[in-house]
Amino acid sequence: MNALNQYTDLYEANRAAVDAGSAPVLNRLRPEALDALKRIGRLPDKSDEGFEKTSVNDMFAPDFGVNINRMSLPVDVASSFRCGVPNLSTLLGIMVNDRFMPTATLVGNLPQGVTVCSLAKAAAEQPALVERYYGTAARADNAGTALNTLLSQDGIFIHVGKGVRLDKAIQIVDIFHSAFPLMAARRVLVVAEDGAKVAVLKCDHTQTGSERCLASEVIEIFAGRGAEVEWYDIEESDGSTSRYSQLYARQEGGSSLTVCGSTLTNGVTRNEYHIDVCGEHTVTHLSGMAIGSSSQHIDNFSVLRHGACHGHSDQLFKYVLDERSTGAFEGSIEVCHGSRFVEAYQSNRNILASKDARMHSKPQLLIYNDDVKCSHGATTGQLDEKAMFYMQTRGIPREEARRMLMQAFMADVIDTIALEPLRDRLRHMVERRFAGEKAGCRDCGAGC
Amino acid sequence: MDTDKTKNEIKERENAGKEMTSDDALLNEVTEGDYKYGFVTDIDTDIIPVGLDEDVVRLISRKKGEPQWMLDFRLKAFRYWLTLTPPKWAHLKIPDIDFQAISYYAAPVKKEGPKSLDEVDPELIKTFDRLGIPLQEQKQLTGMAVDAVMDSVSVKTTHKEALAERGIIFCSISEAVRDYPDLVKKYLGSVVSYKDNFYAALNSAVFSDGSFVYIPKGVRCPMELSTYFRINASGTGQFERTLIVADDDSYVSYLEGCTAPMRDENQLHAAIVEIVVEDRAEVKYSTVQNWYAGDKEGRGGVYNLVTKRGLCRGDYSKLSWTQVETGSAITWKYPSCVLAGRGATGEFYSVAVTRNYQQADTGTKMIHLAPDTRSTIVSKGISAGHSENSYRGLVKVTPAAEGARNYTQCDSLLLGSECGAHTFPYIDVMNPSAVVEHEATTSKISEDQIFYCNQRGISTEEAVGLIVNGYAKEVMNKLPMEFAVEAQRLLAITLEGSVG
Repeated sequence: MNALNQYTDLYEANRAAVDAGSAPVLNRLRPEALDALKRIGRLPDKSDEGFEKTSVNDMFAPDFGVNINRMSLPVDVASSFRCGVPNLSTLLGIMVNDRFMPTATLVGNLPQGVTVCSLAKAAAEQPALVERYYGTAARADNAGTALNTLLSQDGIFIHVGKGVRLDKAIQIVDIFHSAFPLMAARRVLVVAEDGAKVAVLKCDHTQTGSERCLASEVIEIFAGRGAEVEWYDIEESDGSTSRYSQLYARQEGGSSLTVCGSTLTNGVTRNEYHIDVCGEHTVTHLSGMAIGSSSQHIDNFSVLRHGACHGHSDQLFKYVLDERSTGAFEGSIEVCHGSRFVEAYQSNRNILASKDARMHSKPQLLIYNDDVKCSHGATTGQLDEKAMFYMQTRGIPREEARRMLMQAFMADVIDTIALEPLRDRLRHMVERRFAGEKAGCRDCGAGC
Repeated sequence: MDTDKTKNEIKERENAGKEMTSDDALLNEVTEGDYKYGFVTDIDTDIIPVGLDEDVVRLISRKKGEPQWMLDFRLKAFRYWLTLTPPKWAHLKIPDIDFQAISYYAAPVKKEGPKSLDEVDPELIKTFDRLGIPLQEQKQLTGMAVDAVMDSVSVKTTHKEALAERGIIFCSISEAVRDYPDLVKKYLGSVVSYKDNFYAALNSAVFSDGSFVYIPKGVRCPMELSTYFRINASGTGQFERTLIVADDDSYVSYLEGCTAPMRDENQLHAAIVEIVVEDRAEVKYSTVQNWYAGDKEGRGGVYNLVTKRGLCRGDYSKLSWTQVETGSAITWKYPSCVLAGRGATGEFYSVAVTRNYQQADTGTKMIHLAPDTRSTIVSKGISAGHSENSYRGLVKVTPAAEGARNYTQCDSLLLGSECGAHTFPYIDVMNPSAVVEHEATTSKISEDQIFYCNQRGISTEEAVGLIVNGYAKEVMNKLPMEFAVEAQRLLAITLEGSVG
C-alpha cells in the first residue's frame, strides 16, 4: 500500500484550509513539496538503501487524523506538564501535537536579540527573516521532508541574534494528546547568527492512552560563523508512538555544534541527522543513545558531510537492546573533494541483552580526499562476563551488576552533553530506565 | 700476467655493465607502470554472432555437446534473467551495458580436442607462455596444476593424471558435465542459484567454461590447483563458472589469475565461483585479478562483475578467500562464506588497488548460520588517480549462530587528492552471544614515514612502494608463495606513477 497518497490527497482536497492555518512564508513551499512528492511517488520502505530495517511507508500507513483545521484542544495539557530538570532554569515552550504554546517563562522574559515563538507567528511577523532560512537546509527531494513541508502549519522558531550568548537553555516539551489516531507534522527552525550561543533541550511525551500517533518532525539548525549550538533530544513516549524525525544542520566557519539524541521509550523511531559542514575550523559532536525493550524499534541515520577544510567531527552511537527490541544504525562520514585536514571519527557500540533483540549496523565512510584522518568502528556484543563475575564476587547481585554495567556503558554518550544539570538528569533517567521504570519528573502529575 | 689481469678486469666491468643493464631493464619493467599483458594472440577463433536469445543459449549448449538437463538449466536461468534489471546499488558508475552487442561464445578453433600438448595450437601455448603460465608438462616441477581458459573454452588442463591417482578430479566444467554428470548435477547452482542476481542469472544461461574440482574424502591435494583466465577475442564477454567441492577432511589450495588484451572497448566478464566445503575440509581460494583496467583516460577495460560464494556446509569446515585486485575498469565482487556447519570458519583477505579511472566496489559477506562459527575480514584498499575504491561487506549473525565471532578490519589508503575511498559495512546481529567487531580507517601515507625513509636515502617513490607493501603485507602473507611474489610485483607496477 502506498501510504503517501492519503496525505497528498488530503492536502489537495484541503489546500485552502492548510494554508489558512499557517503563514504565507510556510505556504509558499507547499506546491514545490507536492511536486517533489509526486515525482518521488512513495515513502521509503525496507527495499530502499538506508532504510533496510525501517519502513517509513508502514509508519505513515495507518489512517491517522491530521488536524489541518487547527481545532483547539478541550483541555489545557500544557499547564499540567512539568518536565523540569533540577538545577537548570530553562525558557520553556510546549508543543501539544503540532501547536506551539508559550509558557510564562517566554513572555517578556527573553533577553534582547532572542526570539522563541510559534513558527507561524514568526513567519507572519518577520517574514523576511523566516524566509531566509525556512526550508533551505532541509532537502526538498527527500520524501519525508517534503511531506512535512507539505503539511506542517506551525512549529517553533528560535532565533538568537548576532553575538548574543544565551545563558539559559531553551526547553521544548512535545506532547501528543489525542483521543483518536493522530499525525502531527512538527517543524523546528533554530537560527544562531554569527557568534551566538544557544542550547535547546527537547523532550517528547505521549498521552493518548492506547491511540496510535505519529510525529513527523523536521528540524533545521543554522549555526552562523563562530556560533555555538547545542541540541539535546530525549524521547520518552510510549509503544503507540511512531516518530520520523529529520534534523538538518548547517555549520558555518568556526562554529561548533553538539547534537545528542536519546531514545528511552518509544514505539517506532527513525531519527535522521543530516549535518552539512560548510565553513572551516568547525567542531561537530553528534551522539545518540538508544535503550530498547519490549518491541521498541530505534533507527538512527546520520550523514555528516565535510564540505570545508579543517573540520573536526565525532560521532558516537550506543544501543542496549533487550527483549524483542530492534535497533538500526546507519551513519556516514563524507569528506568532499578539496576538504583537506579533516578529522572525522565515528563509533557505534551495541549490546544485545536478549536472544530476540536485533541490531543492524552500517557505519560508512565516503572519502574524496587524501589529506584526512577518518575512522569508524562498530561492535555488537554483550556485557563482559568477567566484569559481571567480578561484581558478583563483591556481593552485588547479578541483576544489579547488569544494570550498573549497562549504565556505565551509556556514560560516554551522556558525557557528550555540555549542560551539567542535564547530564545528571539524564543519568538518573537512564538509571530508572534500566530499572524498568519511567523517569517521572518532580512536581509533574502527567505520569509519563 | 698484467695484461691478463687487465683483460679480466675489463671483462668483469663489462659483465657488471651487462648486469646493470639487465637490472635497469628489470627496474624499467617494474616501474613502467603499463599493462604488460595487453597483447592480442592472432589465432583462429570461432565466434558466434552478437546478441542473446534462447537460440543463442541453445547454440552454446549444442556447441558444447551438453545433455538435455544442462540445456534446461540454462534456459530456466535465461528466462529468469529476462525478468531482471542490472543492480544499481553499488557505489559504481556502470555505463549501460548493451547485452545484445556482445558475443557470448568465442573459442579458439581446434581439432578434435587436444589429446596431448603437441596438438594444442602453438600460438596458444605461446600466449600462455608469455603470461608466464607453464602449460608444458616438463615445466611442471613448479608443482602446480593449471587449467587454462581462453575466451569461452578451457584449452588445456595439466597434471590431470597425477591428480587422478588420488581420486582428485580437476578438469574443465564442460568435461565434468560430460564425465561426472551426477556430481555436477548435485552441486551446480547449489551455492549460487541462478536466481541470485542479475549477473548470476546471465552467467547461468550462457556460461561457457571454467574449472571443476572435486577432492575426495580425506585427500589433501598435493599441489596448488590453478586456473588462468584469458579474454582474447574482441567484442566478446567471458562467462566462466568454477565449481569446487571439497569432501570430508580434504584440503585444496586453488589459485586464479586473469588477464585480457588492451582494447578501447569495454569487455564484460561475469563469472560465478561456487565452493562447497564438507566436514572438516578446508579450501583456500586465491585470486590475482589483473584484467585490463583501461588506459589513463579511462577508455576500455574489463567490467568484472562476479559472484563468488562458498558454502561451509560441514562442521568445522574452513574457507579462506584471498584476493589481490589490481585490474578491471569496474570491479563488482563479493566473495562470500555461508557458514552453515558448526564451528565453520570463513576468512577474507583482500588488497584492492585502483588508479586512473578504475572503480571497485568489493568486499565480502559472512553469513553465520551455525553455532561457534568464526569469520575474519581484512580488507586493504589503495586508491590513486581519479579512481573510486569501496569496501562493501556484510556480517550477518542469525539467531541460531550461538557464540559466533567476527572481526573486520578495513583500511583505506589514499594516494592523491582526486580519488575516493569508501567503506560500507553492513552488520546484522540477531544473537546476543555473538561478538562482532568492525574497524575502519582512512588516511594517506604519513609524511613522517616518508620523511624517515627520505632521510635514509630512500626516494619518495621507493618509500611509497615500501610503505604500501608493508600495508598490504597482512594480506600478501596469506597468498601461496608463487603468487605472493607476482602479487607484490604487480602492486609495485600498478602504483608506479601514482605518487606525486
